[in-house]
Amino acid sequence: MSQPSESITLAASPGSVAKKNQGPPRRLYKGWAPYAFFAPFLLLTAVFTIYPLFNAVILAFHQTNGPASRAFVGLDNFRYVLTDPVFYKALGNTSIYALCSVFIQLPLALGLALLLNTDKSRAKGFFRLVLFSPNLVGQIFVGILFGVLFTPRYGLINQAVQALFGWGLNEQWLGTPSLVMPAIVITGLWMWVGFNMVYFLAALQSVDRSLEEAARIDGANRFQVFWHVTLPSIRHVVVFVVVTSIIGSYQLFELPLALLPVTDGHGPDNSGLTVILYLYDQGFNAGDLGLGSAVGWIVAAIIFTLSLLQIRLARLAD
Amino acid sequence: MGTIHWILLSALGVFVALYARAPGRPKLAFGYLRWATMIGVSLVVLAPFVWLIAAAFKDQTVLNEYVFFPPLSEWSDKTMNLDNFRRLFAGDEAVQGTVYFWQYVLNSSFVATSNTVLQLAFCSAAGFALAKYDFHGKQGLMAFMLGTMMIPGVLLFAPVYEMMVALGLVDTYQGLVLPSIVSAYGIFLFRQAMLGVPDEMLDAGRIDGCSEFKVYFSLALPLVRPMSAAFCLITFLGQWNSFFGPSIFLQSQDKLTLPVVLNQYINFYRNDYGVFLAGTLLAIIPPAILFFALEKEFVGGLSSGAVKG
Repeated sequence: MSQPSESITLAASPGSVAKKNQGPPRRLYKGWAPYAFFAPFLLLTAVFTIYPLFNAVILAFHQTNGPASRAFVGLDNFRYVLTDPVFYKALGNTSIYALCSVFIQLPLALGLALLLNTDKSRAKGFFRLVLFSPNLVGQIFVGILFGVLFTPRYGLINQAVQALFGWGLNEQWLGTPSLVMPAIVITGLWMWVGFNMVYFLAALQSVDRSLEEAARIDGANRFQVFWHVTLPSIRHVVVFVVVTSIIGSYQLFELPLALLPVTDGHGPDNSGLTVILYLYDQGFNAGDLGLGSAVGWIVAAIIFTLSLLQIRLARLAD
Repeated sequence: MGTIHWILLSALGVFVALYARAPGRPKLAFGYLRWATMIGVSLVVLAPFVWLIAAAFKDQTVLNEYVFFPPLSEWSDKTMNLDNFRRLFAGDEAVQGTVYFWQYVLNSSFVATSNTVLQLAFCSAAGFALAKYDFHGKQGLMAFMLGTMMIPGVLLFAPVYEMMVALGLVDTYQGLVLPSIVSAYGIFLFRQAMLGVPDEMLDAGRIDGCSEFKVYFSLALPLVRPMSAAFCLITFLGQWNSFFGPSIFLQSQDKLTLPVVLNQYINFYRNDYGVFLAGTLLAIIPPAILFFALEKEFVGGLSSGAVKG
């Protein structure tokens, strides 16, 4: 079972599967050794991934009250979820977050990577380390910390916003419906900008410098060089980062859970509810694993469709 | 206008002046601008950490009086002390008796370490098999692994939980650790690394009478040590910070891990946030130490997957 909540394992999905084994072909190995090396994986995957996957299909058509009891309800779970305004609220919030990741966070990460890329000094390593460091802190801990940083009057963020913009010292970020999502986006920005920057930076370092030089000699300005030479050279990594950050966004869960005070539920008017929080509430807090499974399938379908769409679009552009 | 505005304005002034002096070669001015931006961004990133450290050591009564640390002249036992930590370590009353904070640290360490060690063993062995043998069914296995990587974890929580209840493994560490110790992604990482191990060396070992296990364990595994270090670090961090699994599988107070407990504390100590901030500070120290010890391998391991793709 992979854990959706871990940003690190999540974003580091395989990008290098295609590399072929070089060297002369080996003889077919007849012994049992490779099977023995594989046995633990196969056994554990069969028990904890494949069997539960089939069970998740069956479970989605049942109503459960706690794990012991099952009653067949047909498509009622899906009907319930797809007509529940709270689910659409959650879906809307999650989509807003995903859009903000792609259109605010990733451009910022790319911008920072470009700033660092031209710098050859040792300072690069230092800045990379500093910007990456929030990603070491678990989402729950970040949520706890930022929950206090957004305190009206005394919170660090309230004071910083006041000093910069002359507004917002007494703003209740986590208690005002229209400010809850911005607060979550700001927190996510702090946590993941450096993480994505590391990817972009690694990609930029493999860009052929002579191409950029040639473009510059031909009279292209900085922006033109970036748009016509640099960006096309790193497009594969851009697609990879966009896809993984959308997948990650739709699995956002721990951050809002710890950030928003429990007295409000998930923010006033569910303004901070995400789809996985909805799943957690329905499946584990309310105890209807069948309903939780149905939500799981719907979220999986959304993630799958979006990822496929982007990969298609990227192919089309090639 | 506040101090911050004056600082920003004067920085802008310096930039314009530098640019005006040599508009033909804007390199110098832009160089300074880049530095200023990076330093500014770093300060924004580091500020919450500094604030957290300050908050953990400030006395409850002066927590909101100073933004970060009190000025040195006002440092005393009344403003800066270990009171938050003292209350944190006082222990929680639970059905299982008094549970002390060290217990949670121990639980988290145990879960993360056992998970990491098992994943290292299983993923490296399977990766070795994929990279260094040609055997019947290898292509099928590869396709199967790719397939399992596409299954979203969110689908599995409900049925796995149901299964753990049926097996009586809820509220045990076996139930928490077992489902997450194999990762197809880890196997691929190790396969990539093991491809670089020369066949001749392994054959030499076989001629000397090594068993296949010994070839893997004593010859191949030591050669992919950098990869192993990165993998262990990523896995350990993920498990140390993981919340969803522990929050549904663990129930007894004395078995909980740090993220779950600190999430409880937000409600226990609602207005006394020095206590849970002290706990949060302690919870992020071990990953930080590990990270700084293995930083190069870590960032290298993270980005190696992306760039080749």
